Amino acid sequence: MGMNTNDNQFKQWEVFIQPRSGAPYEHAGSLHASDQQMALQNARDVYARRSEGRSIWVVPTVSIAATKPEDEAEFFDPAGDKLYRTPNFYKMPKGTTGL
Amino acid sequence: MSDEMMLKQFQSRIDNGEKIEPGDPMPDAYRKTLLRQISQHAHSEVIGMQPEGNWVLRAPSLRAKKILLAKIQDEGGHGLYLYSAAESLGIDRDEMIGQLHAGKAKYSSVFNYPTLTWADIGAIGWLVDGAAIVNQTMLAKCSFGPYSRAMLRICKEEGFHQRQGYEIMARMMSGTAAQKEMAQDAMNRWWWPSLMMFGPHDTESVHSSESMKWKIKVESNDRLRQRFINRTVEQAHHIGLIVPDPLLKYNDQTMNWEAGPINWEEFYKVINGDGPCNHKRMLHHIKYHREGGWVRDAARAFAEKQQETADTSIY
Amino acid sequence: MTLNAALYNFCLRIADNNMILGQRLAEWCSKGPILEEDIALTNLSLDLFGEAESFYEYAAALDNHTKTADDIAFLRNERQYFNFLIVEQPNGDFAFTMMKQLLYACYARLLYSRLSDSKDERISGLSAKAVKEMRYHFRHSAEWIIRLGQGTELSKHKVQFALDELWRFTDDMFEMNETDEVLIEAGMSFNIKELYAEWREQVGDIFSQASLEIPEYHFDIKGGINGIHTEHLGHILCEMQYLQRAHPGATW
Repeated sequence: MGMNTNDNQFKQWEVFIQPRSGAPYEHAGSLHASDQQMALQNARDVYARRSEGRSIWVVPTVSIAATKPEDEAEFFDPAGDKLYRTPNFYKMPKGTTGL
Repeated sequence: MSDEMMLKQFQSRIDNGEKIEPGDPMPDAYRKTLLRQISQHAHSEVIGMQPEGNWVLRAPSLRAKKILLAKIQDEGGHGLYLYSAAESLGIDRDEMIGQLHAGKAKYSSVFNYPTLTWADIGAIGWLVDGAAIVNQTMLAKCSFGPYSRAMLRICKEEGFHQRQGYEIMARMMSGTAAQKEMAQDAMNRWWWPSLMMFGPHDTESVHSSESMKWKIKVESNDRLRQRFINRTVEQAHHIGLIVPDPLLKYNDQTMNWEAGPINWEEFYKVINGDGPCNHKRMLHHIKYHREGGWVRDAARAFAEKQQETADTSIY
Repeated sequence: MTLNAALYNFCLRIADNNMILGQRLAEWCSKGPILEEDIALTNLSLDLFGEAESFYEYAAALDNHTKTADDIAFLRNERQYFNFLIVEQPNGDFAFTMMKQLLYACYARLLYSRLSDSKDERISGLSAKAVKEMRYHFRHSAEWIIRLGQGTELSKHKVQFALDELWRFTDDMFEMNETDEVLIEAGMSFNIKELYAEWREQVGDIFSQASLEIPEYHFDIKGGINGIHTEHLGHILCEMQYLQRAHPGATW
């Protein structure tokens, strides 16, 4: 519009918030900011207004690599038949404790 | 994959209750409907800041001021979540704002009514947010992942919005004669626009059947509207407000409060730009968007300079 | 002046600053340069209203609750408000608002930090909470001032103009009156002028990062803490107090 034909809403960032000490960072959502420092501040104001977090990561959206929907079968199905990676796969002699 | 195959697979994913993610194959019409609906929803949140913002500086107590400001801030945040959900479909926020300014994208008509007294702030919270919550609770179950997730977060955060509005109305209804009069007047002006928020009757709705098939909507306009009416009529009576509908009556069989006919002529008039505040709302948005241009330019120029320095530094 | 009266006045001074600056920031609602900043400005405003309320409540308690916090905020007139002149100045453009915010927040952060050691427990408690908020206000406004100063020709011009205009109101923040004398005597406050050097150094540091120059003139305008204001305050109160004045005794 008007003066700002190639107008900018800044670049997009993805926000990850650690809800409490030691917890994994969780994706909270996205926002726009001109640079890293502003992205952190905006993340605080947009996604931590209700004491949702104690630490924030911001990452430019373009820096995120993602699997494609068509990758789903070859990426994830092969893990489906490898139950030997889970503890319940193994039968323990009756009466065993501490395992 | 043929279009027909894709469509069939897509429909079966929807029918199985799977959520569709942005990169997934989807019919063009699904993408277009979502883009239209999500951006319209985002614009509504943002334009909705204006009628309430009209009373922030005049809020009558410290408590009321904090609550109202926090609520308007939430609307801004919700607009932002929704813009992000739309962006996941490959449109820029810039472009969406451009469409809004060009009159190509709409926003909820209800925000084209003025907030004339403090009681309007109560009525908006209670009725307008109340209607929005009924709709949004439904949308949280929609088939598009980012929209559904945004809705979940929004519903959670908006938990207090309707209550604060009802509290304002309840306080005024137990106050002075002037306060009661203001509250009833606001009720009279906001009741019908709130019912219109659910859109045309199911028989008239142009987008509904496809949206239902694809689970963009999971309940019909009339059903949602009825749910809202049933809840709200009782709440109105509870604090002594009269619902401005002489034909309103309770049906013992269906256990529904049945409303009189909605003035659809007014609805379409306001949608098509001829409401009391359409021009004002749009002018405001365009004006401040333009005024912010130099700030955005400055921040971007700064970021570019920083980038250059970073690129040339030797660590 | 009794100690109680001095404490009461001091609470009003702090609360009024928060209230008026909060009101000014709230004017930005739906007018920010980008949605994210709109949300950020509201957060600043909400912090200030929260602080205002806490200090008004303390004032009400000191006055044996003959009035509520709302009465104190909404039913005093221009000459009974003790806020600094800088906080009542109109917002101007975004650069002007951020400059106001920086100059005040830097001061308030230092003030609350010292008041955290006040012998008055409630003052020290409220100040310890407020200092965290003011640190963030300082950071947010400083980051913007640097970006505007280093951004484009236009932004540089606007932010320098803001500094040139607002600098004249900064000495007003370091004024003292009888209230301070009584509180200093009782170990509840301190010589506010002691903050000046540190404040000057900290804002100076931001201005040098932003390539801004502090103006040379010295036409200070003072009087806020004695209820002598600029013409702007009356208009702010007019709008802010309208409902309370129009419906005496009503509850909302």
